[in-house]
Amino acid sequence: MSTSSDTTTAGDRGTTRAPAGRVRRLSGRDKWVLGFMVGVPTLIQLVLVWIPTLLSAALSFTRWNGLSLTDIKSAGAANYQFIVNDYPPFWPAVQHNVLWLVFLALIATPLGLLLAILLDQNIRGTKIYQSIFFTPVMLSLALIGVIWQLFYNRDSGLLNFLLGTAGTPQAVDWFGDSSVNIWAALVAATWRHAGYVMILYLAGLKGVDPTLREAAQIDGANAVQTFFRVIFPAMRPVNVIIIVITVIESLRAFDIVYVINRGTNGLELISALVIQNLVGEGQVIGVGSALAVILLVISLVPITFYLSRAFGKDKEA
Amino acid sequence: MTMHEDALRLASSQGGWDRRTLLKTLGVGAVAMAGVPLLAGCTGGSAPASSGGAKTVSFGSGSSDEVPKAAYKAVTDAFEKKSGVKVSTNVVPHNDFQNKINTYLQGSPDDAFTWFAGYRMQYYADKGLLAPIDDVWEKIGGNYSGALKKASTGTDGKMYLVPNYNYPWGFFYRKSLWAEKGYQVPKTFDELTALSKKMQGDGLIPIEFADKDGWPAMGTFDYLNMRLNGYQFHMDLTAHKESWDQKKVSDVFDTWKALLPYQNPNALGMTWQDSAKNLGDKKSGMYLLGSFLTQQYTDKTVADDIDFFPFPEIAMEGQDAIEAPIDGLLLSKKGGQNPAAKDFLAYLGTPEGQDVYASVDSSNIATAKGADTSKFSPLNKKMAEAIANAKSISQFFDRDALPAMANNVMIPALQSFIKDGNVDVKNLEAQAKSLYAAQ
Repeated sequence: MSTSSDTTTAGDRGTTRAPAGRVRRLSGRDKWVLGFMVGVPTLIQLVLVWIPTLLSAALSFTRWNGLSLTDIKSAGAANYQFIVNDYPPFWPAVQHNVLWLVFLALIATPLGLLLAILLDQNIRGTKIYQSIFFTPVMLSLALIGVIWQLFYNRDSGLLNFLLGTAGTPQAVDWFGDSSVNIWAALVAATWRHAGYVMILYLAGLKGVDPTLREAAQIDGANAVQTFFRVIFPAMRPVNVIIIVITVIESLRAFDIVYVINRGTNGLELISALVIQNLVGEGQVIGVGSALAVILLVISLVPITFYLSRAFGKDKEA
Repeated sequence: MTMHEDALRLASSQGGWDRRTLLKTLGVGAVAMAGVPLLAGCTGGSAPASSGGAKTVSFGSGSSDEVPKAAYKAVTDAFEKKSGVKVSTNVVPHNDFQNKINTYLQGSPDDAFTWFAGYRMQYYADKGLLAPIDDVWEKIGGNYSGALKKASTGTDGKMYLVPNYNYPWGFFYRKSLWAEKGYQVPKTFDELTALSKKMQGDGLIPIEFADKDGWPAMGTFDYLNMRLNGYQFHMDLTAHKESWDQKKVSDVFDTWKALLPYQNPNALGMTWQDSAKNLGDKKSGMYLLGSFLTQQYTDKTVADDIDFFPFPEIAMEGQDAIEAPIDGLLLSKKGGQNPAAKDFLAYLGTPEGQDVYASVDSSNIATAKGADTSKFSPLNKKMAEAIANAKSISQFFDRDALPAMANNVMIPALQSFIKDGNVDVKNLEAQAKSLYAAQ
């Protein structure tokens, strides 16, 4: 919003100035300043985003041991073939990423919305609740690991204790049983994601013009109708952001599975595989780069969606 | 996340260019430096004594935990006092050290640095990043057993490592529990399964097992492989000179299947610390792990109650091979030109040097013959004997094999094997082929 108004004022200024400075629009110093201000961000963008991305894509078609540059050997599409045909964790990882997306979209995001609506009712202690629900978003990786260990530990965890199975052979192995641990991880992910969504929606709800609500009530709409027919559509910008965040969060989901067991044994995720193949001892640069490119291509879909929405809307306005 | 990784990779690829420019600058610098004595010669002044050789050694250490760090400090202090050489130590957190070894060795490595025996030593030696130290071994060779010498040798037959200490893998158990139930140490695989069956009948988990982290199961694999197919096959398989897609490998897994019902069924959700607790609590009969296990028992009565026996024999070579990862020192390529660095390595290869280390860090077994064993606990003595009697020493799968093979292939494969007893050796071979080709 603010950027669009900035550009219009800048445009206005430009047009009002234009007649006076037609002969020489910019002084030498202006050019320097402009060049500097355009050049530096471009350079940063180039160095930190585009060059690495392109290098990564290029490396995904090579075999390289990471030692000397002369060791880089062309491999064609061999890395991609390897991933698709011979790399057992890959397809489970794709499935888990999809499951992650579905779960966040159907459970975690609506839960965050629900929390936001409840906390928007000006109930007593709303600030405290907000803080509590938002805390997981701010916690560090290590702490999250400790917290969920306390819940899920097979023999001494709270969950098995509540189920009354702690210490017995029937105790559910929340982290080790590969048919259960993805759900355990998803619950932990929900715990974080819902708080994030809640804060965004709270801000969105505060931004909705109260007269809309009043008008709806005067028209005889009940609370549910008011929300779904009036308030929710009025929060369209927030909704778009939430959709994109949910998709991106499900693609870059990483930390929780990493603290559980580094993304193995039923918790494979593409991002965890990228890390495993690129960082540290198990480094296979070609395969890791290829996985990163695959992840990038998938990520481009929601990014494109968001950008076309965001900028398409600006144009309409 | 990908962006972050890309940035990392960019940094490392830039590191490559930096190195070149650095080398150039160094080259220019070296020429300039070489000019100085010439000029000095013209004036007829005598060169200062220190130009005879750099009397400093830089030492890169990945031993960042408190005890080993203090132990290496004691070694460098003792060496400084003895030789008058100044040692400057750079301690790096051990995970970082291990993960960044590629860039470290190509950048400006220290003269000497901590590392371990096995494939990764040989790999960097083959790439010309290490300095051979045959002359050091001429001095210290007598201090080491044949198995240790074999483990310190590169693929080119030259020596590269000075072993400091190692720690054996084997079965650990509580003496009091075994005495109470009348269990006997098994010598053969059949005795092991029979004992396990008996333990199961007594309501124990016969063989404690944890594999949430993925790597501990490699110990079981290594031992079964070495006992079934021999030490050399283990080395050839991990170096991928042997195919994974063959009967010998599937035999290992088939044999393992006989053991699987006796191993803790909840292994995939447990860390080795969890398992150590079970063993300490007498919930399980024995536990195949490295001797670092004993560090978990802070209660002295439990610690003194722990005993050890080597993996029983199965088909080949009896109990000749032992899995005992060796840690020690290597010289970087640059360090090879520094005689003081060689002296430093030689010092650590003497009983005297290793005693200094062991006086601070007593959880491992010194490797040099004649190192002081008088302070050893009976358990340590037993383990030291087992190592000394071994004809060959393996380094554990993740040190003997390509790290990517261990981390990316074996961990998921073993975990899925533990889950359902299935393993696809054809796929293991396909993955191995692709990964080793990239090296």
